[in-house]
Amino acid sequence: MPESKQNYLRIENLTKHFGDFVAVQELSLEIHDGEFICFLGPSGCGKTTLLRAIAGLDPQSSGRITQAEKDISNLPPSQRDFGIVFQSYALFPNLTVFQNVAYGLENMKIPKPAIQKQVNDLLDLVGMPEQTDKYPAQLSGGQQQRVALARALATSPGLLLLDEPLSALDARVRATLRHEIRLLHERLGVTTILVTHDQEEALSMADRIVVMNEGRIEQVGTPEEIYSTPASPFVADFIGVMNFMQGEVSTSGKVLVGEKTLVCETGEIPHASKVRLTVRPEDIVCSAKAKDIINSFAVKVESLEFLGSFCRLILKGPEGFGELMTDLSTQQVHELNVSPGTALTAVFPARNLRVFQESS
Amino acid sequence: MNTTVSIPASTVPNNRVSSIKIKLSRDDYTLRIGLVLLIGLLTVFVVFPLYSLLSKSMEDMDGNFVGLQNFHEYFQTPALLISVGNSLSVAFFTAMIVLVLAFIYAYALTRTQMPFRLFFRGVALIPILAPSLLAAISLIYWFGTQGVIKSWLFGSSIYGPIGVVMASCFWVFPHALMILITALSTADARLYEAAEALRTPKWRIFWTVTLPGAKYGILSTGFIVFTLVITDFGVPKVIGGNFNVLATDVYKQVVGQQNFEMGAVVSLVLLLPAVIAFIADRWVQRKQVALLSARAVPFQPKPEPLRDWLLFGFCSFIAFIFLAMLAMAAYASFVTFWPYNLSLTLNNYDFDLMDGGGWEAYYNSIQMAIYCAIFGTGLIFIGSYLVEKARGVTWMRTLLHLIAMLPLAIPGLVLGIAYIFFFNHPDNPLGFLYGTMAILVISTIIHFYTVSHLTGLTALKQLDPEFETVSLSLKTPVWRTFGKVTLPVCLPALLDVASYLFLNAMTTVSVVVFLYSPETMLASIAVLNMDDAGDIAPAAAMALMIVYTSATFRILHALFSNYLKRRTQVWRNR
Repeated sequence: MPESKQNYLRIENLTKHFGDFVAVQELSLEIHDGEFICFLGPSGCGKTTLLRAIAGLDPQSSGRITQAEKDISNLPPSQRDFGIVFQSYALFPNLTVFQNVAYGLENMKIPKPAIQKQVNDLLDLVGMPEQTDKYPAQLSGGQQQRVALARALATSPGLLLLDEPLSALDARVRATLRHEIRLLHERLGVTTILVTHDQEEALSMADRIVVMNEGRIEQVGTPEEIYSTPASPFVADFIGVMNFMQGEVSTSGKVLVGEKTLVCETGEIPHASKVRLTVRPEDIVCSAKAKDIINSFAVKVESLEFLGSFCRLILKGPEGFGELMTDLSTQQVHELNVSPGTALTAVFPARNLRVFQESS
Repeated sequence: MNTTVSIPASTVPNNRVSSIKIKLSRDDYTLRIGLVLLIGLLTVFVVFPLYSLLSKSMEDMDGNFVGLQNFHEYFQTPALLISVGNSLSVAFFTAMIVLVLAFIYAYALTRTQMPFRLFFRGVALIPILAPSLLAAISLIYWFGTQGVIKSWLFGSSIYGPIGVVMASCFWVFPHALMILITALSTADARLYEAAEALRTPKWRIFWTVTLPGAKYGILSTGFIVFTLVITDFGVPKVIGGNFNVLATDVYKQVVGQQNFEMGAVVSLVLLLPAVIAFIADRWVQRKQVALLSARAVPFQPKPEPLRDWLLFGFCSFIAFIFLAMLAMAAYASFVTFWPYNLSLTLNNYDFDLMDGGGWEAYYNSIQMAIYCAIFGTGLIFIGSYLVEKARGVTWMRTLLHLIAMLPLAIPGLVLGIAYIFFFNHPDNPLGFLYGTMAILVISTIIHFYTVSHLTGLTALKQLDPEFETVSLSLKTPVWRTFGKVTLPVCLPALLDVASYLFLNAMTTVSVVVFLYSPETMLASIAVLNMDDAGDIAPAAAMALMIVYTSATFRILHALFSNYLKRRTQVWRNR
């Protein structure tokens, strides 16, 4: 059963305000044992505040945090069980790689040879076996972050907190480390929380993503769920690229956009409600000939942008559709002989259209 | 809402108001106890003495409260009021002269390709190694009654405002220069490139880019020089003659006439310009920050022969005067009997044969300077660590910081007299400190506390604030991270503080002049007393002993810093 997973960390009604500013509002969340969770959101959404509350660094204004069945809401950081990695690495500059990783172990009254072995094992684990005597300043950013990771894991914490750990690295190193952190997590199974504003990072690494906005949770779900069934226009817009159209529910299962009717799932939304209709660029199907199926409309290519493996087309749809983006492979572009001004038929598959009621 | 039903308070979750109380860890207790101790210590040694001073100024000779009567009396005494005018005008003229000279000098050092810049910089810092008295003594040999080039003054006497201004210019010059160098070396090259691209003439670039950029540095220098001069006691004492200033008035009231109440009044008057300058300077400093952006490109001066050689001439002139001042004092200290017997002798260094404490005073000074360097650096760095790194308790950290800033606004003479009133009071349990080496060390540390505190803060701010967080997550006690990381990384700054305290302890006169006892006579005081007794040559000799010691210490400090830099450059270079 999927529900057999143990809850490891439970956050209940957590609120944090700085003066009059509410950074996190009445937030509740459960994190399973061994899970890789991402807090994702724009800057100022409260994700780092939430992380620091979990660590006890900036205690919450109210609310409860339970870790491994133990209420830790009132505990100082030194009595909580976590390891932490920062964007700035925060490696001690005057200590070698070895001394940095051994730093936490030396407090645990472990015999020297055991520390030696454990540090070497950890450095092996993060792929840095050869560099034990170097100082942080002699390492690249990616290497420093690996050492920081080894240092955080050294004391075998029950919870690993990663505060934008990859944001200071260049794109290539970031992609490699992303993959390696994920592998490391699969190997060690330590419950991990990653804070990031980079959706690609979240989508590729997390078991579940917590999308946050203005101190609240917008949606919690697997990367797949977040991407294909966003729970709000905010999530739809924040994750990936999205086309938005304004419309009105005419009857159940039908939405009127301009003078055209689109068939789609409208759920509980009452008739005559103003709605926003979303569709991903890659879900719009383009062809040269007119098709006699539902949700197919004549469109005109306004412009196209070459983006390497694919082309992004800006389409002018029927009245009320506005400008729509769609992605075609370079091969398709050749087959359809697309250039600005080309007339095409675009199909909007009903299962890929999502409807959000406008809050009035 | 049904207001008649009362719900037990405990069942109502009041999320808005209540704040989670985090239990304190052992580290939190350690840091908080440290904060309380340090605040207590500084309160006893800064705030209480000031309070004693204030209450003394409102008492009569028998200790009865008389309100503002002493102040009334003070402003009815024309002789004392003249001093206010004298002090203000001397400080004002010195500030103006030093500002212009030091600005040109600093400009030459930072914005040109003038040759021998390092040499000029070194020469200009010489006065820091000497007590302010040295300049006055040297001037007496140059321009005094028996002076070598007395005629150059066209009959005016060096004993008076001329001498005070000249000597003051000498000893405050390095202080002004250092601030101006800092202000001028933070130029953004992009502004100059933009101005040149717009074909702006050189003089206009100077008026529209260079000067505005250094504006706050110039203001700050003005305030600091003004305060240094108005609160200095050594120079007017030695060369002022009958020209009375506030600082000498305090001394005369307390030491000469034993009129402590009036001494307290005059010190409060003296405190006023110092406090105003302090507040103005703080305001200026705050403005300065916004001027520097992280993206600024450092300015690289290009050679420009005419300008560079003109400035070379100017700097050579200033440097020559500085060396001449030092050389004359050095020469005179070896002369048998000025100006009648110019044969060289070491007799003037036979301090044990003169009044003024003998060699004992010199050894006392070194002892005191070492104590100040060791205990002062330790105490002050722990203080700045607590201000910067203690978690929570913002109000305590702010309070400690505020008290730490106070000493900068208190002239040494005022602090010294406040210490007499506080520690010499019969009811004070700390009275046993009076007349000991300990009180000299404490007063000196307190007097130079603020600058050292700010140096410590600057060094600590450069550390990643997450070091402490990481240590917490690794369950490392705070003292271990302090010892293994914070201290080693901040060591260069600590050495700077130690050196600053050592040099100032060697040269200071004003703080300790009321507090020494026959057993704890100091070298700088000996200079003053020997000069007072007419033994000018031995006074010069003792002043030079201070210079030699300070210079030796500076060199040792530089060597050790260099060694440290080389040893740690592996991890320091980024």
